[in-house]
Amino acid sequence: MATLTKQKIGSVLAKQGILVAFALFIIAFTFANPKFLSVDNLFSVIRSSAILGIMALGVTFVVISGNLDLSVGSMMSFSTIVVLDLHDKIGPFLAIPAMFAMTLCLGAFIGFLVGYLKLNSLIVTLGMLSAIHGLTLTYSGGKNMDIADKEGTWFSVFGQGTALGIPVPILIFLGLAAVLGLVLARTPFGRKVYAVGGNGTAATFSGIRRARTVFLCYVMSSACVAVAGLIQASRSLGSQNTVGQGLELEVLAAVILGGASLMGGSGTIFKTVIGVLILGFIQNGLLLLGLQFYVQFVVTWVIIILAVWLDIAAKRGKLWSPIA
Amino acid sequence: MQPGALSDALKKGAIWGFIVLELIFFSVAGEYLSLSDNAFMDYENMLLLLKQSAPIGIIAMGMTIVMINGNIDLSVGATYAIAAIILLDSMTWPIFAGLGDWVIPVAWLLALLAGTMLGALNGIIVWKTGVDAFIVTLGSMLGFRGIVFMFNGENPTSHLNWTLVDFAEAQVLGLHTATWFLAIVTLVLWYVMTRTVHGRNAYAIGDNREAAVNAGIRVGPHMMINFAIIGFLAALSAVVFYSESGSVNPNDGQLYELWVITAVVLGGTKITGGAGSVIGTLGGVIAIQLLRKGLGHIGADTSTVNLVIGLILIAVLVLDRQLNVKGKEELKV
Repeated sequence: MATLTKQKIGSVLAKQGILVAFALFIIAFTFANPKFLSVDNLFSVIRSSAILGIMALGVTFVVISGNLDLSVGSMMSFSTIVVLDLHDKIGPFLAIPAMFAMTLCLGAFIGFLVGYLKLNSLIVTLGMLSAIHGLTLTYSGGKNMDIADKEGTWFSVFGQGTALGIPVPILIFLGLAAVLGLVLARTPFGRKVYAVGGNGTAATFSGIRRARTVFLCYVMSSACVAVAGLIQASRSLGSQNTVGQGLELEVLAAVILGGASLMGGSGTIFKTVIGVLILGFIQNGLLLLGLQFYVQFVVTWVIIILAVWLDIAAKRGKLWSPIA
Repeated sequence: MQPGALSDALKKGAIWGFIVLELIFFSVAGEYLSLSDNAFMDYENMLLLLKQSAPIGIIAMGMTIVMINGNIDLSVGATYAIAAIILLDSMTWPIFAGLGDWVIPVAWLLALLAGTMLGALNGIIVWKTGVDAFIVTLGSMLGFRGIVFMFNGENPTSHLNWTLVDFAEAQVLGLHTATWFLAIVTLVLWYVMTRTVHGRNAYAIGDNREAAVNAGIRVGPHMMINFAIIGFLAALSAVVFYSESGSVNPNDGQLYELWVITAVVLGGTKITGGAGSVIGTLGGVIAIQLLRKGLGHIGADTSTVNLVIGLILIAVLVLDRQLNVKGKEELKV
């Protein structure tokens, strides 16, 4: 009987380990600094994680379908720069859809290469990281983009506004997470994404159009990037060309922390949101403890490796790898 | 001739053919477009090109063997920065004050040791935990960068030692010091990968890990050695570069991993492991540097370089697929 409970606890820990760790983490930090769990602080953490989080939602689709997306960082820079530039030229009403169209085109191009041409996603998106960065610099001429009339535009509502007392970026992030979570868990398309990532050949033989599914995942990812770029642009109303640089790897870290396997076929939107929040709360908690900003990088390193290690250790039933 | 030998030869020679094309294009285009009077294929210019290839090139050699082995290392840029800081800072430590210029080899040794240890640490984690190298080194990329920042905040670390600068700027037999290091690293790794047991096993492991295990190859130690080598080379690259420049920013080396992987893939190494060569990587490194320099020479915006390199990388992938697809189509059901 005792062993049974032990096994049960073990399997719960293995399946929901990330949630348990998250809870322990929050309790520990609350004891260390009571401010940690205040509403103001919670809002500030989620708001600062929103941009990363929205990108992570799209990348979750790509990762579950068994691919990678390293281009989201430079794509986010691109959409931010484009929407800021067009804001003054054609006005925010037209600028936003124009930016969405351009970003979706980039996503569709990547989706075509990876889905229909079946090229290696790591190299394709690595190439696109570089290419889109070049595209952004060519577009802007290397200059920073700024909106001329920063006070008089309603455009700032996406990044700085509040509705019902809640900051708009949080609403967008959580709303998008809810919608995409439903799409992934409750629609035929969502099930196809899991099937393609779990076993591509089997999915093809059961009549799923693999290429199209992968293609749509990348389009979805670029749509999320466009939303993130919109919030980024609206928050600062001005931007450098490199605003999203390096974000691709942080996004991936959040998705992995949420437990999605890089082999594809597993992961959920909910867990990705948890992964994003963990990263955000680590950063915030360490700052509240009075540690330097950079310490979070080292802590993130340890946590990512521990999380993935314990996850696969639970699956194989042994702590150490069987590699000779 | 064996079937497929022609396309194999084409693929192996492709990168060098591409380099020749680049040289011809930029020489001809430079005649009309360049603002400078010098020809692109100027002797001095080419020597400088080799020197500028060295920092990325030295790391790319390490990345080649790690990728042949079926792994990847995203933390090289951060390792590079750590080694640079150790090199420059250790020369000012009070305990070494009495050494005079003998502090230089000590500082070099410390920096190289640090790089090797960090690489080996990655290797041990990959080996012992069984976590994918992509994830392990993604994590350590963040972690190592954190260590860099904890060292000196966002301030640069600077120290100039003129003996060291003279050494780094020296030209022996026409080639710069950095070029010599690149050449020696290339030769040594070429020997290791083609003429030693470790090299052969590394190919075998990358090609089919299961089969390698069944053949009695100890997979773990080989992977760890390759990670230690790439850590060492990232540090060597930093040591060669910062001996001359004497100042390191905590952000230095960022995105190096991506440049390095691009060069390695252009050079024909398979990202899935088991195939590739150090010599091909040398071609990839030179091709990228030529492109950077050439586009600058004909007066193109520096931003176009990123665009062009990204598109070339994808084009290479498409071509490679087209060449491979012929043989496989017959096997399809």
